[in-house]
Amino acid sequence: MSSPENPKPPLAAGTLAEPTMNPTPSDSTPPVSRRQFLRDGLRAAGVAGLGGVAGLGAARTGAREYYWQIDPDKCVRCGRCATECVLQQSAVKCVHAYAICGYCELCTGYFNPEPNALNTGAENQLCPTSAIRRTFIEDPYYEYTIDEQLCIGCGKCVEGCSRFGNGSLYLQVRHDRCLNCNECAIARVCAGDAFRRVPVDQPYLLRTAPPAH
Amino acid sequence: MPPAAHATARARPDRTRVRRARVPAVLAGVCLVLMALNATAQHRFPPPDFEGGHTLPATTTPAPRALVLEYVDFGLLLAGLGVAAWLTLRRRSRRGVVILSLASLAYFGFYREGCLCVIGSIQNVALALADPGYVLPAFALGFFVAPLAVALFFGRAFCAGVCPHGALQDLVLVKPVKVPSWLEHALGILPFVYLGVGVLAAATGSGFIICRYDPFVPLFRLSGSFSLLVFGGAMLLLSLFVGRPYCRFLCPYGALLKMAASISRWRVRTTPDYCTQCRLCEESCPFGAMREPSSGAADPTTLVAERKRLTGLLVLTPVLIVALGWIGSRAGGPASLLHPTVALAESHLRQERAPMNYPPQSPEALMLVRARLDPAALLAQAAAVRRRFIVGGWLLGGWIGLVLGAKWISLSVRRHRTDFEPDRGACLSCARCFEFCPNERVRRGLLPPEALVLKAAHAGLPGAGAGARPAAAQAASRPVQPCPHA
Ligand code: SF4
Ligand code: SF4
Ligand code: SF4
Ligand code: SF4
Ligand code: SF4
Repeated sequence: MSSPENPKPPLAAGTLAEPTMNPTPSDSTPPVSRRQFLRDGLRAAGVAGLGGVAGLGAARTGAREYYWQIDPDKCVRCGRCATECVLQQSAVKCVHAYAICGYCELCTGYFNPEPNALNTGAENQLCPTSAIRRTFIEDPYYEYTIDEQLCIGCGKCVEGCSRFGNGSLYLQVRHDRCLNCNECAIARVCAGDAFRRVPVDQPYLLRTAPPAH
Repeated sequence: MPPAAHATARARPDRTRVRRARVPAVLAGVCLVLMALNATAQHRFPPPDFEGGHTLPATTTPAPRALVLEYVDFGLLLAGLGVAAWLTLRRRSRRGVVILSLASLAYFGFYREGCLCVIGSIQNVALALADPGYVLPAFALGFFVAPLAVALFFGRAFCAGVCPHGALQDLVLVKPVKVPSWLEHALGILPFVYLGVGVLAAATGSGFIICRYDPFVPLFRLSGSFSLLVFGGAMLLLSLFVGRPYCRFLCPYGALLKMAASISRWRVRTTPDYCTQCRLCEESCPFGAMREPSSGAADPTTLVAERKRLTGLLVLTPVLIVALGWIGSRAGGPASLLHPTVALAESHLRQERAPMNYPPQSPEALMLVRARLDPAALLAQAAAVRRRFIVGGWLLGGWIGLVLGAKWISLSVRRHRTDFEPDRGACLSCARCFEFCPNERVRRGLLPPEALVLKAAHAGLPGAGAGARPAAAQAASRPVQPCPHA
């Protein structure tokens, strides 16, 4: 910075504006240098405070619990997964644990409680979007597969399967869709308090055995 | 469990099971509910073994966005902060800041979709400090610390062009209107209040309200609740005419940055060299951050009154802190309804007093079922949360009192300022005002040094008599402000 005794012509184009990085000329007058002193002191305190927060915070860090997931044993199928997600089509979808499925002909996750007939007619289906595919395997077994493009995560099938079936249909946050919001919009209103953070290396809470009915 | 294991454990032949499955679902349901009364984990319908050797499909588990990418983002944030500090303090380039803003908006905003953002990271840190059980992602801590640390030395480099929220508002600003100074100061308190409320909500485990009511993240995602999209759209419309309304009047991280930047080591200056007080930059800042020169010298006629007022404020501030703290503690009880546990306990008690008939599978009914599992524990938890809210209410009220007091005191303290210069805390480092300064235009080669006429003599600048300090030619058309401390 140029001082009164040592005037300096304006900087040429393209040169670095060095003066910006230096104390202003007024800093040499007493009230300002007092202020400067105060500011230096406060900055030191600020650095120390921020360092303290960083240190305390660092003691609590870890990537152990990071992604949102639904504990299927706590989910009570309240329906909010379909309506509360920040995504217009929820990131929560129904998944199927095939190894638990009883392959029932009258699948209580697929058919509404009083079906006219056990066929794929839309009026017989529980799912509002016909997202469950029913494929014949061998007499008398059918396999039920979720079409995630269509599933809206409403949990109706999950309710049917959990209440009357083996509980092989359940809801999961699908991580290819989920934005991993800092505050999951569903978690905070989940009727079953079923959402929690899960470890990075285990982002799904998969069912491998039937739930306690 | 592999299918083979099921096969050996099966109790009934297949045919029986299938016939049973054919009875009407209602009857099956009743029968199964009875069966289930003392049931543990077991199959109601044992899985079959397929004669045709059908292999069971596996449940797919699509991978999430890898955690390592968050650390890449943190690296980009650091790089952006460095570039922004360099652009605003050294390179002094508004164009550079605009390019950086566009890049940040595209990457951190529309590609990364805003979350987890620096603004929201306040809450992660607050929760981590309050709750040992919460695991804080290391990059979230980094997001929180880095822009503040940079602000302590280089001013609000983050706001200049790294924050996607700021960039979005900055880039749509077409016709800034001046916010009256009293309103600017009054609304400028809001970010500090919002910061306090957000930290309290996070630290008590009530949720992250700064994320919940963020106006721009739904726009970045092009998805969100209707009311939030409307709020975001309205903020964006407002940003056309009011410079960065969220930054100035709401952003809680901006409140922290303001405090850090006001004691920064280096600062953004409008002129690259010296101020000729040509007043060309006076109205250049769309964010009300430009401050006029003032002598800072005491006026003997008002000195006594001024001293009295300052003493009064210094006495009043602690009173204000205690009084607002007390109000906060009283409000803490009702405010604890923000916490889901307290809300549930409250609706449980209401249900006990005056039962409501919710449809059985409705969220409200299901919540109450959960409450009835162990009402005593729920009420105890709620009472504990409420106690935390009362302590938090004291702290929040005291904080608001402190903010109000500090604001009043800062408004009544005399400042010594020789130049037109940006307020350290309020300046968002956008680099707009630079081009208004004739010295800057000379530096950038937009004005030849010879085109400048000597105006410094009128301004009473030291060194002007030597003829070595030309002032702007344009300044001649404007009244020249005599230097107050000449
Ligand atoms: S009933 Fe609901 S949860 Fe089940 S598949 Fe259909 S949309 Fe998905
Ligand atoms: S974290 Fe966000 S995107 Fe994912 S399920 Fe929750 S609300 Fe939906
Ligand atoms: S909000 Fe919770 S209880 Fe409701 S369906 Fe989703 S996971 Fe289940
Ligand atoms: S004030 Fe807040 S929103 Fe604005 S640029 Fe700074 S951090 Fe971003
Ligand atoms: S750089 Fe200049 S125009 Fe931009 S916010 Fe700071 S004072 Fe205002």
